[in-house]
Amino acid sequence: MRILVCVKRVPAPGARITLTDDGQSIDVRHLSFTTSPHEECAVEEAIRLKERHEGTTTVLTLGPPEAEEQLRYALSLGIDEAVLLESDGPDWDPQATATAIAEVISGLEAQAGPFDLILFGNESADSGGYQVGIRVAHSLGRPVVSGIKGIEIDETGLTASRQTPEGFERYRISLPAVVAVREGINLPRYPTLPGRLRSRKAEVTRYTPVRQTGGLVTTLLVSPPDQKSQTTLLGNGAQSAPKVVDLLEELQLL
Amino acid sequence: MSVLVLVEQEQGLPLETSLHAVALAASLGEEIRVVGFGIVGSFGGTVIQHELLSDYAPEAWAESLHQLIGVVGADVVVAPGTERGNEVMAHLAAMEDLPLATNATEVDTSGPVWELTRVRWGGSLLERARLDARVKLLTVAPHSWPPHDLPSGESDVFVPVLDESHVRTRVLERTNPVEGITLTSAKVIVSGGRGVGSAEGFALLEKLAEILGGAVGCSRVVTNNGWRPHSDQVGQTGTRVAPDLYIACGISGAIQHWVGMMAAKNILAVNLDPEAPMMTKADYAVIGDLHEVLSAVIEEIESRR
Repeated sequence: MRILVCVKRVPAPGARITLTDDGQSIDVRHLSFTTSPHEECAVEEAIRLKERHEGTTTVLTLGPPEAEEQLRYALSLGIDEAVLLESDGPDWDPQATATAIAEVISGLEAQAGPFDLILFGNESADSGGYQVGIRVAHSLGRPVVSGIKGIEIDETGLTASRQTPEGFERYRISLPAVVAVREGINLPRYPTLPGRLRSRKAEVTRYTPVRQTGGLVTTLLVSPPDQKSQTTLLGNGAQSAPKVVDLLEELQLL
Repeated sequence: MSVLVLVEQEQGLPLETSLHAVALAASLGEEIRVVGFGIVGSFGGTVIQHELLSDYAPEAWAESLHQLIGVVGADVVVAPGTERGNEVMAHLAAMEDLPLATNATEVDTSGPVWELTRVRWGGSLLERARLDARVKLLTVAPHSWPPHDLPSGESDVFVPVLDESHVRTRVLERTNPVEGITLTSAKVIVSGGRGVGSAEGFALLEKLAEILGGAVGCSRVVTNNGWRPHSDQVGQTGTRVAPDLYIACGISGAIQHWVGMMAAKNILAVNLDPEAPMMTKADYAVIGDLHEVLSAVIEEIESRR
C-alpha cells in the first residue's frame, strides 16, 4: 500500500514564547525546530503500517526551505520518500495550505497511482487550525476521520478509534482515505545511525506552489496577560511536610 | 444578521463548552438560533433529526448545517472549540470553501470584515486576525467565556436530506473502558516530570494520589520515555485538566505542559530548581528532592490519622 504523511515544522518553545518587536512572528533566534507532536506520531504510524502491510511511505511538508530538516528526520526513521512544498513569507493560512497540498497530491497520484492512506496530525502545535487534513480530504473526495488514536487496516478497509472522555468511538471507512491522528496512537521511535546516514543522501522532491490566500489573515501575535500569582514557599525538603499537609487540610483534600 | 450556534448535547443536556460558545454568539448582539442534533427538549431553537444520524457523524452533521444555512439564510455559524465542534466546522468550511477561525476568544463585528482574536499554542499565545467571508464560521475557545443560558421555548425540528454518501464516517461502536477517578474528574492530581527519574519513581506519586483520592498525571517527557501511558499525559497534546490542586513534581513547566493545567485552582510545585518556571508560576512551592518531600508528606499524613 502507498501511504503519505503530511507534517509541519514548528518551533520548540521552552517555558515562554517571545515575540519579535513587530508582533508578526515568534522570536526563534534561540529556539530549535521540531515536527509538530501529533505529526511525529503520524510519521511513526506510517512506518508501522508499512512494516505490517508492506508498500511505500512518503512524507510531505509545506514550509520554508529549512523544513527539509523535518523531512530528513522522517527519512532517518524509515520513511522512503520526501516532498517539500517551499512556501515564502509568513505562515500560509489553512485554505492556502490545503489547496497547495491537495494539488501536489493530485500530481503525485497522476504519476504513481493513488495513496491508499493520507495521514495528518490532528492539529498543528502552533496555529491549531484543526482543518488542513479535512480540507485536503474534501478536495480529493475521500472520507476522513480525525482525532484518531488507533488504526487497523484489513482487506476491506480501515477501522479507526478515537478516545473521548467516556471511552472509545470506532469508525469504519473504505480506502483510499484520510486520517488525522493524535499523539498517543504510538510512541515514536528514534533514528538509527544507518537511518541518519541514508537520510542525508536521500533526494527531496521540491515544488514551489503559488499562495492562494484564503479569508482568514493573521495580522498580529500577542502574548496573553501574565497570570503570575504570588508564590508561597512552603519550605525546603522533608521539613516542608507539615506545611504541605496543612495546605491539603485547608483545601479539604484529606 | 442571522447567527447559528451549534450546541453539543449529552443525554439531552448541553455540554458546558457549548454554553461558552453561546456566550460569544450572544455577545454579537444579534438574534441567535441554537442548533442541536438528536433530542428535542432542553432549549428553544432548532433540532436536526434524521434516521441516518443515530450517532455522531461529522460529515453528515456538517452537511445538515450546510442545508440549514441555506434554509434560514444564516450569515454566521458558531460552534464550541471542542474535538467535535472543530471537526464539524472544518467539514463545513471545506464543503462551502469558506475560511474557518478556530478557538476564537473575541470578535469585533463592526465592519464587513471581522477582526477577531484566537488562541494559538493551546492558549499560550493569542493571534489577531481578519475574517472576510460570505458566511463567517468560527469556533469558540473553551472557557474563554462564562457559560450562557440557552434560550428557552419550543424547538422546531429540521430534517436534512441525507443519504449513505454523507455518513461515510460515522461512529459504529462505543467502548467504555474508563473507570474510577480520571484526570478530568479528579479533585487532586499528583503529576510527575523528568525529575521523577524512572517508571518505578512514580510509585510514590501513586501512593500519594491514592491517599488523596486523586489521579496520577505526567508531562510529555515521561510518556516519551515510556514511564507512563499517554493517557496520563497532561498538556497541549495530552489531557487538559482543572483540579482543585495540581501537585507538579519535578516538572520544569514548559508551555506545552502549562496550558494543560493552568486552569487548576491551586498549583503546588516540588522541584530541586527554585528557578524552574513551574516553581515561579505556582501558588505554592517546595524546594527539594521530590522523593524525599513526598515520602515525608505521606508520613505526616499517616501520623495525623
